[in-house]
Amino acid sequence: MSNSTLTKKKKNISLSEKSAFMLITFPFASLFFVFNILPVLASIVLSFFDYDMVSNPIFIGVENYARMFAADDTFLKVLGNTLKFSIVAGPGGFILAFVLAWMINEFSKPVRVVLTFIFYAPALVGNAYFIWTVLFSGDSLGYLNNLLISFGFISEPINWFQNTSYNMTILIIIQLWMSMGVTFLSNIAGLQNVSDEMYEAGAIDGIKTRWHELWYITLPSMKSILLFGAVMQIQSVFSVSGLMQTLVGYPSVNNSVDTLVSYISDIGTARYEMGYASALSVILFLLVLAFRFGIGAFLNLIGKSDS
Amino acid sequence: MAKKAQYRRYTRSTAGNIAYFSLLFLAGAFTILPLIYCVITSFKPLDELLIFPPRFFVRRPTLSNYLELPSLLGKIQVPVSRYFFNSIFIAIAGTGLHIIAASLAAFAFSKSRMKSWSILFLIIQIMLLYNSVTLSVPQYLIFTKLRMVDTYWVYILPAIPSAVGCFLMKQFIDVSVPDALLEAARIDGAGVLRMYYKIVMPILKPAWMTIMLLSFQTMWTVIPSGTIFSEQLKTLPQVMSSISAGGIARSGSAMAITVIMMIPPILVFMVTQSNVMETMSTSGIK
Repeated sequence: MSNSTLTKKKKNISLSEKSAFMLITFPFASLFFVFNILPVLASIVLSFFDYDMVSNPIFIGVENYARMFAADDTFLKVLGNTLKFSIVAGPGGFILAFVLAWMINEFSKPVRVVLTFIFYAPALVGNAYFIWTVLFSGDSLGYLNNLLISFGFISEPINWFQNTSYNMTILIIIQLWMSMGVTFLSNIAGLQNVSDEMYEAGAIDGIKTRWHELWYITLPSMKSILLFGAVMQIQSVFSVSGLMQTLVGYPSVNNSVDTLVSYISDIGTARYEMGYASALSVILFLLVLAFRFGIGAFLNLIGKSDS
Repeated sequence: MAKKAQYRRYTRSTAGNIAYFSLLFLAGAFTILPLIYCVITSFKPLDELLIFPPRFFVRRPTLSNYLELPSLLGKIQVPVSRYFFNSIFIAIAGTGLHIIAASLAAFAFSKSRMKSWSILFLIIQIMLLYNSVTLSVPQYLIFTKLRMVDTYWVYILPAIPSAVGCFLMKQFIDVSVPDALLEAARIDGAGVLRMYYKIVMPILKPAWMTIMLLSFQTMWTVIPSGTIFSEQLKTLPQVMSSISAGGIARSGSAMAITVIMMIPPILVFMVTQSNVMETMSTSGIK
């Protein structure tokens, strides 16, 4: 909501107040610079260097980037994993977070609060993904193994988290289980705030079904909330690493589920190849940015007719 | 919050109703049953953990899984209480400092009418895409240069300038704090800090309650990468995984620690829940 017209009418604020405003921004802004801006800038610069944190950095041009795509199969593997995971769990979680918010929107407030809690609980309690180890435990006592063996589907227990044909799928399911987070909450709030006048006007203009109402009224009036939700969703799927590291371990068999973030921290904080880790971080930044603007463009299509 | 109309706009066929409620029921069961099962399992004695097929409910509840935790998690030099203290201290300090720093900055971004501030706010909007996990390696370099590796600072400092808290509060101030109110305070001779303390913070309560929830949740489960080595500085999430390695026989204790980990975020959610919706409705990115 812009209030620039209001602003122009009022006299400008005094110089002393301006400096007071600058002063109160200082703690946040300075830490924001040190822990957010500087890391991004530092990794851009260091991505062109060979740096092991002991000797001086040596400028090597784009060699780090060349190495990634030409000589590092592990990178290509973890990049593929990250994309696979994000492309399924990202939009999947986003759509789930909208559909469920939309579904519970028609209930009265107390019921809605309870349902909100039920759906939000896995995201709320953080690393409760621990629970799934009981179901997917790799020995014959694991519930799923025991069940499948007793029904004769399998004869040997499957080590779910280490088996490369299942572990990615299992992790995506667990991620979806936890995906009703900030995005879900902001969707609920956004749906509550679509004004009834809009719906009434829509009915007069000839909207006949709830699907039309969803497409032409609800979604367009929530566009900015949806974008916020999408940004939060991108941020969370691309930073997933603890889930794999806890349930599968790092590195996983054939790097089957390692993510870019896990790989970057391995290269950086365990092997001290800071130049290469920085170049990988730059690729991650670009990847996330590309997704952000891709989604922005996609959300702009909402509410348009098919013609 | 906007009032909802009491009329039903569109009716649904019976089949539609069945589909609607089954979908809702299935999704609810999928999200909440694992958690309920976790709570129940944490009270199961060993013999009930090992029976198959597993029973959902517990026959003879016991606290032994909880009582075993200190010996399972504690080390010779580091008692389990230390991990608890670290987790709680870090979550509270990080959340508190973040709310203060971010609300001050959000106030300035929203009301100082400075052109250059809008560029900074745009950068904050872009940084919403990155969290401390995605930034962990470049941050590791910074920590090394600042000689902060293996101190509490690696948990707390990066949490203070978290973009999402500042963003949400700025959006909320834009909508909820009228300029006229600040103008009146100016006429009364109030300075910026007084306006912040007397006007902005009380109005901003729903927003900072929401940030409290989001930040606490993040801080409670944070695992720094490569920056903590001392056992005395580790938090609960970092030592939890040692239990789960024990397989199904240890699953009772693994569930017990998971239940304990669930309690603080749920308490924070209960306290803040009514404020969250109000804040989130202003969260849109224009």
